[in-house]
Amino acid sequence: MLATYLARRFAQLGVVLLLVSVAVFSIMHALPGDPVQLMLSGAESGSVTPERQEQLREEMGLNDPLPVQYGRFLRGAVIGDFGTSVRLRAPVLDLILDRLGSTLALSLGGILFAVIIGVTTGVLAALKQGSWIDGLSRVLAYAGVSLPLFWLGLLLILVFSFQLSWFPPAGSEGVRSLVLPSLSLGLVSAGVIARLTRASLREVLVEDYIRTAWAKGLPKRIVYLRHALRNALIPVLTMLGLQFGAMLAGAVVTETVFSRPGLGRLVVSAILWKDYPLVQGIVLFMAAMYVIVNLLVDLLAAWLDPRIRDEVPA
Amino acid sequence: MRIAGRRPSPGFIVGAVILAGWVLLALLAPAATPHDPLATVSGAREAPSAEFWFGTDRLGRDVFSRVTYAARVSLVLGFISVAIGAALGSAMGLVSGYYRGPADAVLMRVVDAMLAFPGILLALVVIAALGPSITNVMIAVGVSTIPRYARLVRSTVLTVREQAYIEAARLIGVRDIRIMLRHVLPNTAIPLLVLSTLEFGHAISVGAGLSFLGLGAQPPTPEWGLMVAVGRDVLGRAWWISTFPGLAIFTVVMATNLLGDSLQEMLDPRLKAR
Repeated sequence: MLATYLARRFAQLGVVLLLVSVAVFSIMHALPGDPVQLMLSGAESGSVTPERQEQLREEMGLNDPLPVQYGRFLRGAVIGDFGTSVRLRAPVLDLILDRLGSTLALSLGGILFAVIIGVTTGVLAALKQGSWIDGLSRVLAYAGVSLPLFWLGLLLILVFSFQLSWFPPAGSEGVRSLVLPSLSLGLVSAGVIARLTRASLREVLVEDYIRTAWAKGLPKRIVYLRHALRNALIPVLTMLGLQFGAMLAGAVVTETVFSRPGLGRLVVSAILWKDYPLVQGIVLFMAAMYVIVNLLVDLLAAWLDPRIRDEVPA
Repeated sequence: MRIAGRRPSPGFIVGAVILAGWVLLALLAPAATPHDPLATVSGAREAPSAEFWFGTDRLGRDVFSRVTYAARVSLVLGFISVAIGAALGSAMGLVSGYYRGPADAVLMRVVDAMLAFPGILLALVVIAALGPSITNVMIAVGVSTIPRYARLVRSTVLTVREQAYIEAARLIGVRDIRIMLRHVLPNTAIPLLVLSTLEFGHAISVGAGLSFLGLGAQPPTPEWGLMVAVGRDVLGRAWWISTFPGLAIFTVVMATNLLGDSLQEMLDPRLKAR
């Protein structure tokens, strides 16, 4: 069944990526707003002659029919050619790859904090229902969805940089500069993960195989860790794929808060510069990364839990 | 007070009171604020005091007055975004779930594509196309919530369309559009109300985030996200400039989340997952 499952998932991936490229392309082209006008709107008046506009339009291929433009865009995207940044005058892919490492480090740091804080709180909350830690998991979940990410980052800077001087408030030098931005991203997701871990573990704890494990006289530690937690964490794993998206999206804000270079900060600059090829390239790249990571996470979950891959497709 | 036969939970009351307080403050802003939000009324960056409760910003403007006026911007943003997302998303979900077949397949692929953009990214694309402004933020945030409304309404419609009274209406020759609006749509009201409440706070938070990035409200407009961004540069010297507008966002979003979750538990206990 695994082969059919894989084939189906990869086909879905292809369709979604294709649709995403259509979506990015059509939003950027079909909505009102002439890219050339927008791009030149910052230039001094008088320096932009109609001839210059026309020349730029022709250079960027904006005079071709839309399907032709889309075809060129898609063909480029498939081989990793996202065009050239208007502002930075460099290939979009190079600009993306330059900053990818920084954003990935931030995202993984965020996931790490989210998992450590979220799973620990969730497990304790499930085992001691109604205790203060169960209450804490609830508060964490509420705070996570209610705290504006950019403000949370500033609060962390205020406390841990300005008051305690433990971590630098900005920059990207070394691991220490990664702690606060990762923590702010992680805290937002920790609540969701804590609640899911709690719910999932409680469901697993009443399963027959757990009763069997107790009946065999296995020690508490083995039952909880090897039999219960392992199975309970599979939905959490799937959730991590979605949370990776939250990290990528959060990077857009967090990189600005902590003045870190990265894809998120670049896309914001690109929008302010009206650098269309750069915006398109980064958005498409981030969406593709998100979709692919989710696929990998789902495959991992299916491998760990055969019940998932045998499910009838919806 | 009772809603659907249940007493409101403490969460509902707390959320409703906080939210009502903000709406009242926003409506009465001219009377509730001691100073003009745009006027320089003292020296720059004065710490909170009896005269200036939340201190003053780098232009010597009263932060309390600005935070209060900014509630207008954010609450309007919440309403408009929810209206856009709910209207377009429900229309898609209604057509999708009612007609099934090719229309459903096409619309749901559109939804899949929109969901492939993590978080704020779809809103960013729309802003990139329309240009940065607070109006465009409302549109962008509204559009980015369409998939959640479409899925919710579609799943409700799928169960409703199998009901006998829908079949009966169709047999006596009622037109599709009338069946959809008169007989199917009302069934989606409760889940829509719950989702809209939750999305209201979410929209305010995302909208403030976009303004924080410089993609929404522009100076000198009093807007929470923009105020946090401006205060960020002087955080070490004047913590109050960023802290109070941020606190305002937090309380509004927290209140709508409490309200939304309580509504869900009171009105529709089956709808657990968000």
